[in-house]
Amino acid sequence: MQIGIKSFGAYLPARRMSRAAIADAHAWAFPSLKSLGKGEKTLCGWDEDVITMAVEAGRDCLRGMERSTISAFDLASTTAPFADLQNAVLAGYALRLPAGAKYTDFGGSTRAGLSALVRACDGGDRGDRLVVAADKRNAKPASIQEFLYGAGAGALLVGEGSNLLAVFLGSDGISVPFIDHFRSAGEKFDYSWEERWVRDEGIAKIVPKTVTALLTRLGIGSERVRHFGLAGGPVGSDKLVAKGLSIAPEHILPDLQGQVGDTGAAQPTLLLIEALERASAGDVIVIASFSQGCEVVAFEMGEPPGASSRRGLAGSLANRIAETSYLKMLSFEGHIDLDWGMRAENDQKTALTQFYRSADQILGFVGGRCGKCEAVQFPRMPACVNCGAVDAQSPYPLADEPAKVATSTADWLQYSLSPPFYVGLVQFDVGARILMEIVDVGPGGVDVGTPLAMCLRIKERDRLRHFDRYFWKAVPIR
Amino acid sequence: MARGIKDKVAIIGMGCSKFGERWDCGSEQLLTEAFTEALADSGLEKKRIEAAWFGSCLDRINVGNSAIPLSTALRLEGIPVSRVENMCATGTEALRGAAYAVAAGAVDIALAIGVEKLKDTGYGGLPAATKGTLNDLWMPYGSAPAGFAQLAAGYRAKYNVSKEDLKKAIARVSWKSHQNGAKNEKAHLRKAVSMETIMNAPMIAEPLGVFDCCGVSDGAACAIVTTPEIARSLGKKDLITIKAIQLSASAGREQGTNQWDGSYVQNTRTAARAAYREAGIKHPREELSAIEVHDCFSITELVTMEDLGVSDDGRAWKDVMDGVFDADGELPCQIDGGLKCFGHPIGASGLRMVYEHYLQLQGRAGQRQLKDPQLGLSHNLGGVPYNGVCAISIVGLEGR
Repeated sequence: MQIGIKSFGAYLPARRMSRAAIADAHAWAFPSLKSLGKGEKTLCGWDEDVITMAVEAGRDCLRGMERSTISAFDLASTTAPFADLQNAVLAGYALRLPAGAKYTDFGGSTRAGLSALVRACDGGDRGDRLVVAADKRNAKPASIQEFLYGAGAGALLVGEGSNLLAVFLGSDGISVPFIDHFRSAGEKFDYSWEERWVRDEGIAKIVPKTVTALLTRLGIGSERVRHFGLAGGPVGSDKLVAKGLSIAPEHILPDLQGQVGDTGAAQPTLLLIEALERASAGDVIVIASFSQGCEVVAFEMGEPPGASSRRGLAGSLANRIAETSYLKMLSFEGHIDLDWGMRAENDQKTALTQFYRSADQILGFVGGRCGKCEAVQFPRMPACVNCGAVDAQSPYPLADEPAKVATSTADWLQYSLSPPFYVGLVQFDVGARILMEIVDVGPGGVDVGTPLAMCLRIKERDRLRHFDRYFWKAVPIR
Repeated sequence: MARGIKDKVAIIGMGCSKFGERWDCGSEQLLTEAFTEALADSGLEKKRIEAAWFGSCLDRINVGNSAIPLSTALRLEGIPVSRVENMCATGTEALRGAAYAVAAGAVDIALAIGVEKLKDTGYGGLPAATKGTLNDLWMPYGSAPAGFAQLAAGYRAKYNVSKEDLKKAIARVSWKSHQNGAKNEKAHLRKAVSMETIMNAPMIAEPLGVFDCCGVSDGAACAIVTTPEIARSLGKKDLITIKAIQLSASAGREQGTNQWDGSYVQNTRTAARAAYREAGIKHPREELSAIEVHDCFSITELVTMEDLGVSDDGRAWKDVMDGVFDADGELPCQIDGGLKCFGHPIGASGLRMVYEHYLQLQGRAGQRQLKDPQLGLSHNLGGVPYNGVCAISIVGLEGR
């Protein structure tokens, strides 16, 4: 039985920050940064983080699929929100994965995304393994990284079978203390060393050696590699390595730098997804991740995916809201603390008792369906909203149900980190109606009847205890 | 079906503080101001009051929980005092408690009083409050205008009214109230405002601009009630009696099912039907002399006209433009200036509305006095249109 990729999914924040706008903001002090002011990068809304992006990528990957066969869920990130609270458990609960699956957080290095995939492919699990890599990379204002770092998430479903999208051929790795960048525990920002040294002494020597070792062991000549991607290191490193390995330039995967930026642990996963979206049957795909050495994997493309409602990377790239406000970017990323007024002072303490009692409703967006009158509803209270029957409801997941705006308004009074605060009654086709926040609205606005999709987001920030509340919000379907 | 309390309770004294930004005083002084006026109006000694119902909504910025702040402020020695809270219907809830106690024969003379001190928040508008540990986990915190602004979207869609026409009609609602409020020395905002100013005011929650929103102020209002028999024994004539007090609270249907189209407030319809039944009113537009409705936002007042049955469904925006609810119109609405000009100290508003009817029915309303009023309706709406509480009270001349 072969092992490999059964499905994939991606998520990129819709906001794309203009790098020219970043350069303009710094021109007074650092005019030389203008050379980096090309293209754009993904920008998380204030309410997006590794957990919310991971859930979106995971949902995209599992669209229409059976979830009860999933035996493990790995979440790889260097920027997950919790240090002691397994991020995978929160994301996995939102994905409604089986509670009996193995949940693991991978971290410690941007290599974690590819490492988690390798473990899943190597591992002895009998069921399907969901591997999600996500990062929301934080960079100091006016640093080079502020231009380069992006945010995003990629999800891969690994399992055994005969009808795989891509077959796992093998992996290899080298681990050495080559430190191109690091971030000490508790620090906000990375510290990076000179690019020339990273490129010449690190990438150019370590990556080709690792890739060659794998290809030699697999008996595959580099001329057979049809899709090559390298994550980590300075822009252009992929071309440098490909040249050394005699991989033709047309077989290098687009590096995503112009539209997304470097998404850290998510980058190798997104590169692999990029390959899956373009490869033909039999193509060899090689993805490497450079970080304290190198990790590399090889896949052989099986039957390319058929038409589906999957967003994937291509769909994520197309879902775009242009952003040019540097101050908004600083505010969203928490680098400046604007005076939001006294309305922002409200305490947002979460009762963890209540959170646990209602976790399937809050994280999983599972409402109820009345066994007596069949009304679908949220929240799931003891008595049915329609007929009053007590304890008659069975769980009914709402996250993937079609919905549209019933009523809405743009609220300029309410405190919101992204004003105006769009709020309205969301009408689901199955009958449920819920008062919800509407986000990522874009210039088109919303009106009665606007179709909506659901997404997990941070509902409120708890600035005292730092336990942010998560709940679902509605996004206009563009 | 219950017989109700029509004409079983008489109001023999009322008081109302000056509403506004009362930087000069706290809730205790506001309570005292309203109570002193009501007690003098009743001609009673304080010791005749046998029980009190105290309405206050926002405990954190007001006087705190329980009855103690009232019994302490007014020095009500040894009588039962209850604190009631039901969002914006709080003032009417206080009246309801006092009236029911008298109607039941539990006490002879009771006090209903409400207060709110909104200007101790440090900012404009209402403070955001917790909605409980479960709701806080999922319910978005829109502002109050955001909750009511959604009526505009629902109303426009249902009756195919253009954005421009509805904006003009709701501006006309506020214009009319400012005309009235300018004549009321107890109102907070006492300036007439032009349609142009209202239409072009900064946006708060689409389509509500600043002038589509009621003021935010401090205030207290108070009523002393007893039975008509006792009132007469005290030498009172031309009694003003309670005809009906009804309340309706959401059970989640509007917010949780597809059975509400956003163009009306079901609680108002339910409470109004019950109140008309209790008061024996068949044709409200003809029988009512004046109405004081919960114009927290102009759009609320507009749809309330339909919910109360004084405009046909889909017609209120035209009735408003035709001046039906102006001071000299067919059915004057907000003759005292409404929440628009008084602001909305939550615990006090319901009683403040009854106070205006009380003055009008006694012919004491000065330059606002209507000709020969018989019946007045007050309407409060707490929460949001799709999840809230409605309280309606009707008062009038005895025997009417």
